[in-house]
Amino acid sequence: MTSTLTISHLTKRFGPVAALTDVSLTVAPGQRVALLGHNGAGKSTMMKIILGLIPASEGEISVCGSAPGSAQARAQVAYLPENAAFHPALTGEEQLRHYLRLRGEAPGQALDLLARVGLRDAAKRRIGTYSKGMRQRVGLAQTLIGHPRLLVLDEPTSGLDPVSRRDFYALLDGLAAEGASILLSSHVLTEVEARTDQILILAKGRIEAAGTLTGLRREAELPVSFTLTPAEGYAESLIESLTGAQLLPSGQIQISCRQDEKLALLTRVTGFGPRITDLDVTPPSLEDIYSHFSRRTGQ
Amino acid sequence: MRRILSTAGIEFRIALRNRWVAIATGLMVLFALVLAAAGAAPTGDVGVDRLSVTVVSLTSLAVYLVPLLALLMSFDAVAGEVERGTLPLLLTYPVSRARVLAGKLLAHVVILGIAVTLGYGAAALAAFATDPEATRGLPALIRLIWTSVLLGATFLGLGYLLSSLSRRPSGAAGLAIGLWLALVVLYDLGLLALVVSGTAFATEALPALLLANPADAFRLFNLAAANSVGAAGGMGGAAASIPLLQSVLSLALWPFAALLLAVAAFRKVTP
Repeated sequence: MTSTLTISHLTKRFGPVAALTDVSLTVAPGQRVALLGHNGAGKSTMMKIILGLIPASEGEISVCGSAPGSAQARAQVAYLPENAAFHPALTGEEQLRHYLRLRGEAPGQALDLLARVGLRDAAKRRIGTYSKGMRQRVGLAQTLIGHPRLLVLDEPTSGLDPVSRRDFYALLDGLAAEGASILLSSHVLTEVEARTDQILILAKGRIEAAGTLTGLRREAELPVSFTLTPAEGYAESLIESLTGAQLLPSGQIQISCRQDEKLALLTRVTGFGPRITDLDVTPPSLEDIYSHFSRRTGQ
Repeated sequence: MRRILSTAGIEFRIALRNRWVAIATGLMVLFALVLAAAGAAPTGDVGVDRLSVTVVSLTSLAVYLVPLLALLMSFDAVAGEVERGTLPLLLTYPVSRARVLAGKLLAHVVILGIAVTLGYGAAALAAFATDPEATRGLPALIRLIWTSVLLGATFLGLGYLLSSLSRRPSGAAGLAIGLWLALVVLYDLGLLALVVSGTAFATEALPALLLANPADAFRLFNLAAANSVGAAGGMGGAAASIPLLQSVLSLALWPFAALLLAVAAFRKVTP
C-alpha cells in the first residue's frame, strides 16, 4: 500500500533562521505517529507545511499523492489546530453544519458528530459560552467529518480532562483501524506511550530520534530502575550487599542497572528471599527517553 | 456555490447576532427620516413631486453613509479571523479563498440591501404621506437603492482588501477610516481645488477623475438621472456633462475590481 504522507528532506527557513532542517518521514495508512518536541522545536511549522498553509523552503512532500494544500489534499486531510478557535457568536451545531457543507457532506450529521465528542447537550449553545475543553471537542468533532485519510492534530488533548482524553484516544484507535493515518503532537508524553505506532523526537528543527518506543529505549540505553521494599530490619544489610543502592526516604531501596544487566540483577534480588517483601521494576519512561534525546542537542 | 452560500449564511447569522443588521438598518432609517423631515419644509411649488426631492437629499446622504457602513462591516473580515485564530483551520478546508470572500460579500451585500431599502423606504413613506404625486419619484428611489448596493459592494471589497493587507483588526480599522476620508471627503476637495485652478488640464481631466472614484460616479449617476426631472440643483450642471452610461459603468465595474484586489491580497495572507 502507498503511504498517506511522505516527506523527504524538508527544510523550512524563516529568513536566516532554520525552523526545520532535513526532515524525512513516511506515514502509512492506519499508522499513528506522535511528534514530540519542546515549544519552538518545529512541530507546528511542520504541520502547517503538511497542510499547505505555509510553503516549504526545500524538500518534497506528498499528501495522499498530491501536493500539500492542493484541492485533492485538502479534501482528504483533517486538521485540529493548537487551541482550536471558533466564532463565539455561533452555536456548536451551526459551526459544524457549516464545516460539513464546506466538505460537501450532509449538514444533518452535525448533532451525531457532537454526540460522539460528548457535546450533544451543548449543541444549541453559543461557542462563546463553552469552556476551553468544550471548544477543543468541537475541534475534534470537525476532524471526524467525512472519513479523512490523514488527521493532523496539534496538541489534541490540551484542555481535556483525563476521561475525555481516554475517550479521545479510543476515537483515534477506531479511525486508525479504519485506515486513517494520524499525526499528532503532544507535550503529555505518558499518554502517547501506549497509543502510537511511531514516535518522532524533534529538537531544534531536526529529527533527533525516530522509531517505536521499544526501539528508542534500546537506542537510548537508559538504566532500568529497581525499587525494593525490605523486610523489617534488613534494610542496612541489603544496601551493603548491593553496590550503588540508595535508601529512599520512604524506607525503600532503589538501584539502577543497564538494560543488559537487568536479568542478572533480578536473579540476585529474588535470591534475597524473605528479606524483601516487594519489588518494582521501572523501565525508562518516555520522559527519560525524550530528555535523553533532546539533551543530546544541548537543550 | 454551496460553499459560498454556506459561508454567506454563517456570516449573516454572525452579523445578526453582533447586531450589525440592526445597527445598519437603524442608522439608515434614522438618517433617512431626519432628511425627509428636514426636506419637507421648503419645497413650496417647484413642480416636482416630494419623493424625487427626497431622493436627491438621500443621494447626498448615501455617498457618505453607505461607504462608511460597508467599511465598518468589512474591515474585520480577514483580520478578525486572523486575530481569533479561526483562519488556519478554515484554510485547510476544501474551499478556495475567493469563495470565502465571495460568501462574506454576499452576506454583507444582503445586509446593506436590507438597510438601504428599509431606510429609503421609510423616507419614501414619509413623502407619500404628504404628497399624493410622490409615486412619480418611485423609479428614482429604486435607482437609488440598487446603485447604493453597488456602491456598498465596492467599499465592502475595499474593506476586505484593507483587512487582508493589515491582518490586525485595529490596523484595518484605521486604514478603513483613512480610505473613507480619502475617497469620500478629501477626493472631492482635491477636485474642487483643481477646478478652481482653472487650467485646461483641469477641464479635461475632471470627468475622468470623477468617474474613477466610485462615490463620485454614484453621485453623478443619480444626480444626472434626477436632473432629467429637474429635481437636482447645483451639482446637476457638472453631472450633465458626463453620459449616464459612463457613470453607471464605473459603478458596476468597481465592485468586481475591488473584490479582485481583495482576493489577490487575501491569497498573500499566511496564517
